[in-house]
Amino acid sequence: MIFSRSRNQIIPAIIFLLPGFALFAVFFLGPLLYSLRISFFDWNFAHPERSVWVGFGNYIEQLKSPIFQRAVMNTAAYTMITVTVKMVLGFIVAVLLNQKMRGRTFFRVAYYLPVITSWVIVSLLFTYMFSGQSGLVNYFLNDMLHITDHDIMWLADGVLALVPVVLVDIWKGVGWAAVIFLAGLQSIPVDLNEAASVDGANRWQQLIYITLPLMRGTLVFLLVVLILGGLNAFVPFQLITHGGNPMDQTHSILTLMMRATFSRLDFGSGAAISYMLTVFVFLFSLLQLKLLRKPKGE
Amino acid sequence: MKRSQLFNKIFSYAILLIGLGLVVIPIWYMVSTAFKPQTMIFEMPPKLWPIPSTLNNFVKALTTDKFGLYFWNSAKVALASTLMTVLVSSMLAFAFAKLNFPGKETLFYVLLLGMMVPPVMLIIPQFIVAHTLDLYNNHWGLILVYVTMNISMQTFLLRGVFEDVPKEIEEAALIDGGSPWTIFWRIDLPLSGPGLSVVVINSFLYSWEEYSWANVNIGDALRRTLPIGIALFQSEHLTEWGQVFAASLLALVPVVIIFIIFQRYFVQGISTTGIKG
Repeated sequence: MIFSRSRNQIIPAIIFLLPGFALFAVFFLGPLLYSLRISFFDWNFAHPERSVWVGFGNYIEQLKSPIFQRAVMNTAAYTMITVTVKMVLGFIVAVLLNQKMRGRTFFRVAYYLPVITSWVIVSLLFTYMFSGQSGLVNYFLNDMLHITDHDIMWLADGVLALVPVVLVDIWKGVGWAAVIFLAGLQSIPVDLNEAASVDGANRWQQLIYITLPLMRGTLVFLLVVLILGGLNAFVPFQLITHGGNPMDQTHSILTLMMRATFSRLDFGSGAAISYMLTVFVFLFSLLQLKLLRKPKGE
Repeated sequence: MKRSQLFNKIFSYAILLIGLGLVVIPIWYMVSTAFKPQTMIFEMPPKLWPIPSTLNNFVKALTTDKFGLYFWNSAKVALASTLMTVLVSSMLAFAFAKLNFPGKETLFYVLLLGMMVPPVMLIIPQFIVAHTLDLYNNHWGLILVYVTMNISMQTFLLRGVFEDVPKEIEEAALIDGGSPWTIFWRIDLPLSGPGLSVVVINSFLYSWEEYSWANVNIGDALRRTLPIGIALFQSEHLTEWGQVFAASLLALVPVVIIFIIFQRYFVQGISTTGIKG
C-alpha cells in the first residue's frame, strides 16, 4: 500500500470506487433485497401494490412440491457427477500436458475449444447428437458398437434426458479444469520434484507427496467454482430438456425458477426458489472462504 | 530408465489422442452438418464430409434469417461490456489494492457477494429494475447488467495482479508528484498485461454468449443477440440443423479470434491472478 504513509485517500478512493459501486447497488444489491421482498408475497407484476403478503407461504409450497424436490435431486446429482468427472479428467490432462512434449500447444488449444464454445451452441449440438431417430449417439450404440438394438428416445424419458445434459457439461468443462490445474502445476518449483527423484521417489510418489499437497489452493478453488457452477446450471437444462420435459421431471432448480416466474407469472414462488438456492450457495461460499484462508504462509 | 521414458511417452500420447477424439467428434459433426443440404440432415451412416456439400446454410443464415443483424447486436453489446468491465473492475481493484480508506475490508466483502449469488436468480428483480429505468428492450440493459455481474470476480482477480506490481516503481512516480490516477493509468495498467487479458477473455466470453438475461430483457426481434437468435431459430425450425450450425459457426469466429490473440498470456495470466497453487 504505497499511499499508507500519507493520510487516508478518501477522495481518490471515492472516485475509483464510484462507477463500480453505483452499478453494483442498482443492478445487484437492490435486486437482491427486492427479490427477498417479492419472495414473501403473492406478487402481482402488473400492480405490485396489490400483492398479498403470504409470509413463508411460497417457500413452504415449494418445499412440499414433488416437482421442486425432483429439481433439487436433479441438480444435486448433476453437480456431483459433473464435478467429480471434470476434476479427475482435468487433472489427468493437466499432468500429461505438463511434460515436455511435441504438440503441447496444439493439445492445449484443442482441449480448450469446447470451453470457448457457447453454452447455447453446445446444448443444441448435443440435442442434435442425441435425437431419437438417426442421432449420432444412437448410430454409435446401434450400428457400430451393437450395444443396443433399437433407437433410444433419449429426450422423451425423465432420466435418460439428463444424460446429454451431464455429458455436455463434462465435455465443455474438462478443458477449463485442465488449464487451471496446469497453472497450479506450473507454479510448483521444478527443483522440488527433481530433489525427490534424486532421493529415489518415483513419479507416482512425487504426485502424491509433493504435487497434490502443494496444489491444495488450486484444488479447493476448482472444487468450489465447479460446484457453484453445477448448482447454478441453467442453459443446458433449458435448451436440451426445454425446461423440464417430459412432465417437469428434468428441471434444474433454476429452470424451475424461470418456469414459475415467466411461464406462470408466479414471481413470488420464483423468488422463493432462487432465495433458497442463494442461501445454500452463500453458506457454501463461507465454508470455502474458511478453507481458502488456511494455507496463507507458504 | 530409457525404456520407461519411451513407454511413458507412448502412454501419454495415447491418452491425449483418445481425449482429442472425444473433444473433436462433436465439433466435427457440427462443422460437417453446417455444410449439409437439408435432405441429408438425418442421413445415416454419417459421412466424414457431406457430398454434395453446400454453402447455402451460411448464405441463408446471413441474408434471410437476420443472423447478420444479431451478430452486429452481439458485437456491440460484447465490446461495450468488455471495455466497461475492464475499466470499472480495474479501478475498483486499484482502490482495494493500493489506496487506504475507512471501511475497505467491509466494502470488499460486500463486493465479493457478487461471486456467491447465481446471476440467474437476480433475473426477476433485474427485470423489474430494467422496466423502471426504461432499459427493457434496450442493449444498455444488457451491457450494464453484464458489467455488474462480472465486476466482483474480475476485481478479485485484478486486485491480486495489482498487488504484485513492484512498489518501487510506484513510489518513484509518487515522489515525482504522480497522482493516484497517473499511477493507475501509467504504471499499474501497462504492467498488468497478462492479468488484464484474462479479464478481457472472461468478460468477452460472458457477454458474447449470455443467454438467460438477454432472453428475458429483449423482446423486440430486431434487437436480439446471437444466442437468443440461434436458440429461437432452432425451436421454430426443429429440423433445420444445417442453418443452426452455420449460424453457430459464424458466432464462434470472434471468440476464436479473441482466444488466439490472448491465449499465450492465458495460462501465465491465470497464475498471476489470485488463483495460485
